[in-house]
Amino acid sequence: MHPPFSMVFLTTLIGAGQGLFLALFTGQVFSQFKLLQAHDSQFFVIGTAISILLLCMGLFAAFFHLGRPERAWRSATRWKTSWLSREIIALPAALGAVALYGLAHFLGYTEPLMITAGGTQIDLTLLLGLLATIAVYLLFICTGMIYAGIKFLQEWHTPLTVINYILLGTASGFTIATALAAYFATEESSLVPFYATWAIIFTFLALITRSAALIRNRFFIKPKSDMRSAIGINHKNIKQIAQGSMGGSFNTREYFHGKSAGFVNTMKIVFLVMVFAIPLVLLVLTFNLSGLIIPLVAVAVQYLGLMVERWVFFADANHPQNLYYQQIS
Amino acid sequence: MTQLALVIDLNVCVGCHACVTSCKEWNTSGQAGPMVDQNAYGEDPTGTFFNRVQSFEIGTYPQTETVHFPKSCLHCEEPPCVPVCPTGASYKREQDGIVLVDYDKCIGCAYCSWACPYGAREMDAQQRVMKKCTLCVDRIYDEALPENERKPACVMSCPTSARLFGDVHDENSDVSKAIRERAGYQLMPEWGTKPANHYLPRRKTEITIHPDELERADNPLSKEERKQHNAPSSDPSLDDMTSW
Ligand code: SF4
Ligand code: SF4
Repeated sequence: MHPPFSMVFLTTLIGAGQGLFLALFTGQVFSQFKLLQAHDSQFFVIGTAISILLLCMGLFAAFFHLGRPERAWRSATRWKTSWLSREIIALPAALGAVALYGLAHFLGYTEPLMITAGGTQIDLTLLLGLLATIAVYLLFICTGMIYAGIKFLQEWHTPLTVINYILLGTASGFTIATALAAYFATEESSLVPFYATWAIIFTFLALITRSAALIRNRFFIKPKSDMRSAIGINHKNIKQIAQGSMGGSFNTREYFHGKSAGFVNTMKIVFLVMVFAIPLVLLVLTFNLSGLIIPLVAVAVQYLGLMVERWVFFADANHPQNLYYQQIS
Repeated sequence: MTQLALVIDLNVCVGCHACVTSCKEWNTSGQAGPMVDQNAYGEDPTGTFFNRVQSFEIGTYPQTETVHFPKSCLHCEEPPCVPVCPTGASYKREQDGIVLVDYDKCIGCAYCSWACPYGAREMDAQQRVMKKCTLCVDRIYDEALPENERKPACVMSCPTSARLFGDVHDENSDVSKAIRERAGYQLMPEWGTKPANHYLPRRKTEITIHPDELERADNPLSKEERKQHNAPSSDPSLDDMTSW
């Protein structure tokens, strides 16, 4: 497939936004259950603001994908059958839920509504956070299923696609949260080790599942269609000599990335280094070296790496229609 | 239930592109139009087509055969392109099984084209909506046309009658008979899309000729006959003078 840049931006930006929210809420839950020191309330306000910004930027990028963005509202109508439609509902829903969560923190609605037997205080932010967590996961599933749901793209048609969207988004979100914690860190208290630990865990998990997808696509996929089934002629030796036009067409632009196999393979190594190797090293370093620079570099490298990763995700997928477009003439 | 479809005879298609041209001509000026061309005379010409004729070489040289292969939307009975559309712009008609795009609803997201394994859908670069074969839905029901012209433009134009049009659910229709009797098949059956359009395979056409059929015993054009006729005649009339 030809990697559409709007989709590369959309999926990486909202992934990071969702991940950042999950990181904030994880932190809050740990604090609330007294497993972690308390957060500065500004931490949640600024964190959610960044998360919302990322989600909005993703939404903005998505409009560039549409030929007729002015009709985008229509796309919410077929949620019964279309994962794309579901995503278009889930994205504003998640955005709204995260915004409510941030607003509750901003307005300081932290009076406990009830106190559990164990002494844990349940307040409005916790309830809204729970709601937003559900919305964020639904959005992850919708985004993943848009790709995993198309059976013709065998490279995408696997649960690994959804799992990778969740884990990669979460990992990048926790890395951002680490940087945010470094920003808020004081001499006496620092939440950096907490967020860095989780960022390392998620980055490592994502490394495993993303590598699994790479290996699956490289070694274990047997294309279901071949020339014989494409034109229905049972012969081993079929060669295209004309594709019906001398110039290009939508079919040659939309489904081919136009780069060499070597380039795609190089990009695979590039993203493995940028999404996983470098951020993992930097995140480990934050345990001993304080300061904002290291986690910020980790965020930047990982985000750029995720853009490469998404490019490879598209370029790696082989559409069966390509069988009909192998030779111009 | 009716399922209109095309049956394309690969045995007689000569790859002349008449169907491509007449499809474009009819549809660019019809309900589905315009089908925009860009850089038509420039370096990198491109445009929207509902139907393309491709050519394939089969076998190893010199034992090769060229097969011309027209390809358009197959109006699948289980169209994977329809449920994925977020707007409902892509739909399959109940009454005749034609798969259509509502150009006023389409947002141009291209998702449906990803869900068609045949590459039958093309995004119009200028109108920025998805386009595909309509089976000339604006022709086949048009009562202003003479009845024998209520067929898709491509079917009308094919000089070798390689394209048949009809209801594949009516077992007595020409198309059903052709599929039944001439081993009609579907493309990429492995995906379960159940294309309504079918293709008729290449057939070997062979006749046996015996030596005595090659030479006529009483051939008036044979050398012997001509010698006899060319001999100077004594008949006076001109008619009798005629010789070969
Ligand atoms: S050929 Fe493609 S566009 Fe046409 S109905 Fe089948 S899946 Fe849809
Ligand atoms: S391009 Fe148009 S017809 Fe295709 S899925 Fe998107 S809205 Fe539906």
